[in-house]
This record gives sequence, structure tokens and C-alpha cells, in this order.
Amino acid sequence: MTSAPDAVPAAPAAAVAPPLLRISDLSVRFGPVHAVNQVSLDVAAGPFGLGLIGESGSGKTTIGRAVLRLVRSSGGSITFAGQDVGSLRGAALQAYRRDAQIVFQNPDNTLDPRMLIGSTIAEALNTHHVVPRHDVPGRIAELLTEAGLDPAFAERYPHQLSGGQRQRVAIARALSVQPRLLVLDEPTSALDVRTQAHMLKLIARLRAERELSYLLITHNFGVVSELCEQTAVLYLGKVAEIGATEVLLNSPAHPYTHALRSAVPEIDVASRRSRIVLPGDAPDAANPPSGCVFHPRCPLAVDRCRTEVPELREATHAHRVACHRAEDVLAGAAMSTHHRIHKTPPSTITPMPATSSTQIAAPQTPPQTA
Amino acid sequence: MTETPPTPNGPSGRLAITSLDISFGRRKVVSIDELRLDHAEIVGIAGESGSGKSMTTLAILGLASTVGATVSGSIVLDGQELTALSQDDLREIRGRRIAAIFQSPSTAFSPVYKVGAIVTKALRLHGATKSEAADRAAEAMRQVLLAPDLLRRYPSQLSGGQLQRVAIALALALRAEILLADEPTSALDVTVQAEVLDLLRDLRDVTGMSILFISHDLAVVAELCDRVAVMRNGVIVEQGPASQVLSSPADPYTAELLDSVPKLATTK
Repeated sequence: MTSAPDAVPAAPAAAVAPPLLRISDLSVRFGPVHAVNQVSLDVAAGPFGLGLIGESGSGKTTIGRAVLRLVRSSGGSITFAGQDVGSLRGAALQAYRRDAQIVFQNPDNTLDPRMLIGSTIAEALNTHHVVPRHDVPGRIAELLTEAGLDPAFAERYPHQLSGGQRQRVAIARALSVQPRLLVLDEPTSALDVRTQAHMLKLIARLRAERELSYLLITHNFGVVSELCEQTAVLYLGKVAEIGATEVLLNSPAHPYTHALRSAVPEIDVASRRSRIVLPGDAPDAANPPSGCVFHPRCPLAVDRCRTEVPELREATHAHRVACHRAEDVLAGAAMSTHHRIHKTPPSTITPMPATSSTQIAAPQTPPQTA
Repeated sequence: MTETPPTPNGPSGRLAITSLDISFGRRKVVSIDELRLDHAEIVGIAGESGSGKSMTTLAILGLASTVGATVSGSIVLDGQELTALSQDDLREIRGRRIAAIFQSPSTAFSPVYKVGAIVTKALRLHGATKSEAADRAAEAMRQVLLAPDLLRRYPSQLSGGQLQRVAIALALALRAEILLADEPTSALDVTVQAEVLDLLRDLRDVTGMSILFISHDLAVVAELCDRVAVMRNGVIVEQGPASQVLSSPADPYTAELLDSVPKLATTK
């Protein structure tokens, strides 16, 4: 382990423990594209999960990679346990590479097809001198068991395992070096729904047992809902809204979060909401719109949104939003909706108005089709 | 169901599959007793990888033999037995009467041709004149809410959602009566997915197209489908009205699948 946790008790005003990871004003550019634009996020010491939600091109994966120094940032800073990650060199960097691990969407990015599962894990153990060499086989067996696999899998090749089993190996490998921070980049998106459910259970269990902190990158609201206390919604490289996951799901203050939430398919007819229509496609990140980057697609945009960039500000307690019209969203401003509920064949259950009290009211102009 | 008109195509349904077996050598991978798709109906096939849902699509298209599978049983389209047809006759049915879209629309579009060239070529192969083909392609693009100008672009210049819409437009331009949609939204962002689902539902309402919608995502099936068949290991374990199957499943496997869907707003 690198450094002792920050021993300065009087640093922040509130009586909160310093975050394990602090991302301040992070920017990442790829040529003309601002993939990440002045993003600030905190990840508390474990057990804690921060979800990053957004569509393709929102910058969520780039943030995860910047945290691990897999891409170079062009501005801002990343601090891990009080140390500036960008200036780490030599042994300190090596130690950080051990403290922070990543699990990718596709486990095949992690597993060499020509190496036995056991050798892949042994490589990580040996590189970081986690246990004496003669203890390595025993530790591999422990790790595989911890990830819910048969220890005999150490003698197999990746192609002999299913996708879900390979993802478990990727997690075992990441955990082998006893990291304090995990970046989970769409860890279940490539998996079948039952396998995904098992994987989410595994992550929840490991999180409790190992007091893990993680950044969970996903486009799936269900996944953050099960695993993350906090969630940040990203749009075109910026944080649109951040707060407790529950609050974001039930009373989003940003029209984009609202639209994203309304697009999530629901099995339960009663909990379905009218889907908010976002006109057009996400804009070109190399040539972002003026003012609020979301304004060309925002159903509530006014003149101010076209010129003035909204700052991230307090919406409700511990819930911040970058939107000039957040109060109107919270008050239930009507947005154009697609007549989704009316098109679905009526079932035995009558569709009910949404239940949560904090939730935005049903559209004032119910679309009538028939 | 209630909203859609009663089936005009007789009681047997537009597409009727009975006693369908698909095998690789002696290994049977699919065994379906009965599956029906009526006029203007959306039927979902839900199941995990390896459940046989995609093989079923291939069999309906008469393409199972291309992957080395043998098919026995009956697939009837408006009274016509498809399994008895030659590949030449099937070619007339594929595309023009039964079209298919897949998870990755890029597999349907060669990267070296403009998408318009691919769409018009398909139309010409099915007998349209050059100007007819151009007109119908443009009209179909408008039906899927895309600018006809996009036909002049290469597949790489379109987003995944746009390309999937073009694939649907192609099916529309061919006036296909049945659309086989194999995980058509699984690779799309959630907002784009919602748009494609809306589009499919609207097209069904407007054109009376029947859709066989294959997905592993029960929430998507719940949103879109009138009826659902749940498949496991090549067998339909349960089928019925989507609202009924998904709210009170009769089969424990369906219940397990439903349980696996991550629940919203149950944060610890």
C-alpha cells in the first residue's frame, strides 16, 4: 500500500472523511475533441460505489481510463489518497498501479488466449510481489474461489470458459493485487441477463468483504441502482447531474437525466412513464453547442441556455445539477412525450400514474391517440 | 391485441410454425411445438445465448442449411409451406415477404457501398425499376424518420441507431409483411433503443407489419410485444400474452429471468 490515509482531520469544512479518489476539473482532449471537459468527482473510501452513466460519447470510459493513467489528461488533477496521480513516478507509480485496477467490458482484453488462467493471475501476483512465490498457487485457488469459480479453472485456457466465467477471472485478477480502487467499465454489458445478475451479486459481495471503492461505468440505470450510492450523469464530456442514485432515479433535476430515465424499458406496466422525446442526435464533441451543451435537444431550453453555460449547482441536498431550469424540472415542467403507454396493448393491470411523491407529474397534455 | 385489427389472414395466423426441429447432425438444438405470428402482431422470443432463438430466425428465412443445420417440421406463411421450397423460390420470399434485421446493422451493409446503393440494389433484385427503387428508398427513409439524403452516405458515416433505421427502411421499401428482428436494439444506447422500439410499434400500427422480435432483454420484450415465447435450450418453456407471462410467469425459468433484471431504485 502506498501512503497512509490522509491524516489531516481538519481539512474539509464538513466532518466527512477525505475521499479516496478526487477528480478535480479533469479535461481530456483527443485532438479537437473535448472528450472530458472539467469534470470533478469524488469517490469515498470503501465500501462505496460511484456510477457514471451516459450514452456513447459522453466521456464516461475516458474518465475511467484517465484515473488509471491509461490516457493523458489535458487539464485538472486526480488525487488518490492525498497523492497527485499525474506526478507519480517510479515506485510510487508502481504502487498506484497496484492500488487501482480496472475490469473491462470484454474480459478478452484482460486474458491472453495463450496463457492458462492460473498463469494470468500469477503474473499479477508476481509482478507486485503480493505473496511469496511458493504461496502463489494457493492464492490463485483462493482468488478463483472468491470469484465463485472452481479452483481447477487455473489449469484451463480462456476459450474453455464461458463469457461470464471469463469476466469472473478478470475480477479475480484485478482483486489479486488487493486494490483499494476499482474501475469497472461496463462489466456486465456483454453478459446474458442471468449471468449479469450473478455478476452484480458477486460485486456486491466483494464490495462488502473487501471494503472496495469503485467507479462503475455503465449505460444501465438498473446496474447503478443496485451497486452505487452515488451516480453522475454525463453528457458530452460534462457532468449534467450528480447525487444519490435514488434521488437521481426518482426526482431528476436535469431534463437529460429525466429523458434517459424515461427511456429505460420497464417490465412492470405500472411503473412505466411516458418517454420524453429528445429530438436529434448527440452533437459533435469536436464542435459543441454554445451555452449549455444539451440545449439543442432540450425540451425546456430557453434563450439563456443558448448563451450561458450552466454551472453545476446545488439542486436539493447533496444533489447537484448543471441546468438553468432545474427548479422547473423539479416542479414538474411538461416535456414532449411519446405516447408510449397508450400504444402498448392494454393489459390486465391498469396503468397508474407514477407513485413517487417527489416525481415529476405526468405530462399535462396527455397524448391521445385513439 | 385489442387495439390491432383482428387477423384477416384466416385463423391459422400469418406465420405458423409447427413441430419444428433444428439439428446439427444428431444433436437437436431447437424443438418448437407451435409458434404463431398473426397479422400486425408483435411476438417476442426471449431467451439467453444458446437458447436457439437465432437459429429459429435462420430456419424461418430458409438459411439454416447455410450454417450446417437440418430442419424438419413445418413453417407456413399464409398457407404456403416454406420448408418445401427451393432456394430460388425462397429468394423471392426473403426480403420481399420476410425481412430480417440483426443486432449489428453493420453486418447488413457492405462498408464499401453507399447505403442508398445497397437499398436500391435490393429493390431492383426484387423487380423494381431504377426510378421506382429510388422513390421507394426515399419514401422508406421518411417512414423511419431519416432524411433521404443519408442514402448518399457510407455506413461508417451513420450512427448505429441511424444504420439500424436504414435496415428497417430496407424492409419497408421491400414491402415485407413480416420482420424478423434479432436483438435489433441490444447494441444501441438506451435513448436510441427507445426510439427504435417506438418506430417498430408505429410501423406495425401503420403498415400492419408483423414482427418477430428476438431479445434476451425481458424489459424490452415487455415494452414492445403483444405475446411472448420464452425459450430455453431450444424449447419454448412458456408462451402467452406478454403482460400475463411477465407479470405472473408459469414457468420457474421465466421467473428466474425476470428476477435477474436489475431493479431500479432499490439502492442500498
